[in-house]
Amino acid sequence: MSSGLYQIRDKDLDTTLDLTKLRPYGDTMNDGKIQLSFTLPVKDDDKGAAAAVQLAQKMGIADPNVALRQKLDETFTFYVVYGATTHSVNYNEIEVLTVADEAMSMEETNEYIKEHIGRKLVVVGASTGTDAHTVGIDAIMNRKGFAGHYGLERYEMVEAYNLGSQVPNDEFLHKAEELNADILLISQTVTQKDVHIKNMTEFIELAEAEGVRDKMVLCCGGARVTHALAKELGFDAGFGAGTYADDVITFAAKEIARRMGRE
Amino acid sequence: MESKLNLNFDLVEQARNHASKVADDTQRFIDRHTTVAVERTVCRLLGIDGVNSFDVPLPNVVVEHLTGKGALGQGAAFWIGNAMVETGKAPQAIAEAVADGSLDLAALPVHSDADIDKALDPVVQDSLKKIADHRNHREELLAKYGDKQGPWIYLIVATGNIYEDIVQATAAARQGADVIAVIRTTGQSLLDYVPYGATTEGFGGTYATQENFRLMREALDKVGEELGHYIRLCNYCSGLCMPEIAAMGAFEGLDVMLNDALYGILFRDINMQRTLVDQSFSRAINAYAGVVINTGEDNYLTTADAVEEAHTVLASQFLNEQFALRAGLPEEQMGLGHAFEIDPAVENGFLYELAQAEMAREIFPKAPLKYMPPTKFMTGNVFRGHVQDALFNIVTILTGQKIHLLGMMTEAIHTPFLSDRYLAIENAQYIFRTMQDLGSELVFKEGGIMQNRANDVLTKANELLAEIERVGIFETLEKGIFADIKRPRDGGKGLDGVFQKTPGYRNPFMEPMMKGGAR
Repeated sequence: MSSGLYQIRDKDLDTTLDLTKLRPYGDTMNDGKIQLSFTLPVKDDDKGAAAAVQLAQKMGIADPNVALRQKLDETFTFYVVYGATTHSVNYNEIEVLTVADEAMSMEETNEYIKEHIGRKLVVVGASTGTDAHTVGIDAIMNRKGFAGHYGLERYEMVEAYNLGSQVPNDEFLHKAEELNADILLISQTVTQKDVHIKNMTEFIELAEAEGVRDKMVLCCGGARVTHALAKELGFDAGFGAGTYADDVITFAAKEIARRMGRE
Repeated sequence: MESKLNLNFDLVEQARNHASKVADDTQRFIDRHTTVAVERTVCRLLGIDGVNSFDVPLPNVVVEHLTGKGALGQGAAFWIGNAMVETGKAPQAIAEAVADGSLDLAALPVHSDADIDKALDPVVQDSLKKIADHRNHREELLAKYGDKQGPWIYLIVATGNIYEDIVQATAAARQGADVIAVIRTTGQSLLDYVPYGATTEGFGGTYATQENFRLMREALDKVGEELGHYIRLCNYCSGLCMPEIAAMGAFEGLDVMLNDALYGILFRDINMQRTLVDQSFSRAINAYAGVVINTGEDNYLTTADAVEEAHTVLASQFLNEQFALRAGLPEEQMGLGHAFEIDPAVENGFLYELAQAEMAREIFPKAPLKYMPPTKFMTGNVFRGHVQDALFNIVTILTGQKIHLLGMMTEAIHTPFLSDRYLAIENAQYIFRTMQDLGSELVFKEGGIMQNRANDVLTKANELLAEIERVGIFETLEKGIFADIKRPRDGGKGLDGVFQKTPGYRNPFMEPMMKGGAR
């Protein structure tokens, strides 16, 4: 052990791995060690550090140690805190429900499409109805992408058409048919008075009436869209906050392969 | 300056000549055209501001009115000046009369050129003086506090709310920022108007409005006074309102503007004819206002490979330089862009980065180069990210980059926390201090990896520019030579806002602004 460090391990710690009581691993099984860093909007003094300790304790961290308190500004202080969490989780009972398969990288997706589908996929997207916000659809489709996830325009095996905002449902559907779309993306940013639900329901009814519902993979997205909501409305998938172009195209490409029996 | 890279300066001159001919060729197209954005800018410079009862900015109202009459080819100044002669009213009152439907600019009797110019002249002089005053104010403050030597630390705020941005910007200034950039809300570049007033709702950024500019400039002046340090303010002069944003920035004392000749075409799918005409006037305004422009070559490397496509960055820098010179913008105001974007997995990648940054420094010795941090290969591993940013900081201090966009270890995750910004500044300041003069102590090995790298990139850039000269800028963009992105000449957004100038056309600001800086 390096000099100056004292034994900080609980002597009675049971070091047998038990997945029903899973805890973080620092340097010994079950020691529960974690590191935290955060800023408090208070000045840098002992009282601020005590606040950081109390906050850590409320997070279930036993014996928190404020390793650093750094003044950022007169009224902001940055803390780095180490400690051991008193919580554990039962790993064996965890079930994960995911909308899609693990997102593939752009290169993997291109390869997957080449190998399993053998042609470019046509993706048509828009912010539909009265919604004037293109932030969502642009994040998914624009070349530059969003938060380090490139947009679909950049995918070699995707032909992407971003129709912009305020596209009426019928116009969107007709344009999609004209372009022989494989995948449709509907973005909804405005959700006041559940306008997004009305609009998306109308779209599905229209698609069914035109007999194209099952010819395309239908996805919707937006900050208040969840996969469960999307399925309930009749979409194939929904993508909420924290999902990107790679999540969407991975799902859609695999869904098409599944429908073709070529997964 | 002694070349560490043993660069072939004959090739540099050849490359510059090719770029110059491309710019001349393009300038002939630019000179024959105007756009709705250029004319809205003329309206703003004539003092037209505010919105109508539907929140449509009055410059848009006037320009749409003229477009509807098929009269825009003569330019807004012609019609406003004519209405001034006829009615004796000021431009703002004329715009308000157009907005309430009581005035049809195209139906008035047409007065002589001399009368129109005479009516416009005091308004034009007044506007030019307003801009010159801001420029002088900046220079006085820089003289009083002394300007920052070495790299300018450039930090971003992006809360979406101008008042929250001010809190963050003030904190960043106290922590050591030299330039504060207020990121724009997603999608503003595609709006064909500039929103009005102070705004508190944006997505991933804050609307660029004249009032937001004013509020932030005021806040930075305040904290600057407290720190005895002039804090520069940066915004984005790009998209469909390029020249309008330049005018608003000039009126409110902005110091730095993103302002690339080709960025909007490539990355926002704005029509190339539109952007080429718009960039010319926007740069003339920036030139006059003493604004340092930043060009966007760094973005090429987020879409194309940083090792293979390095020469496209250099070629584009040569083009941006020539386009800017034609708008009257001096080299000292050209923050030509490049970036540290080589994959960390590449062997000797750091040597290439260092060679390319030194190359840009030697080829554009007067330009305050803008150097962008790693983004493409930043991951959720914030700890490695901090190392990547440290390497980037080293290149800047060794090669004298000027506008240093600070890398954030949480780049790939979220907009920076206050603490991320602190750690980034601490990282940069530590490296800038401990390696301050290392660059002048180093020579590069004769015929070594770095000399060869720089000369290879230069050779390829020169070949590319020769090809661009042969086919012209329009075909170059159509062929996808930059950033692997192809854009059709008649495609993209905003083409319907491009007009041929007709006889009688005037823009009374273009000439005085292109003559160089306001004094």
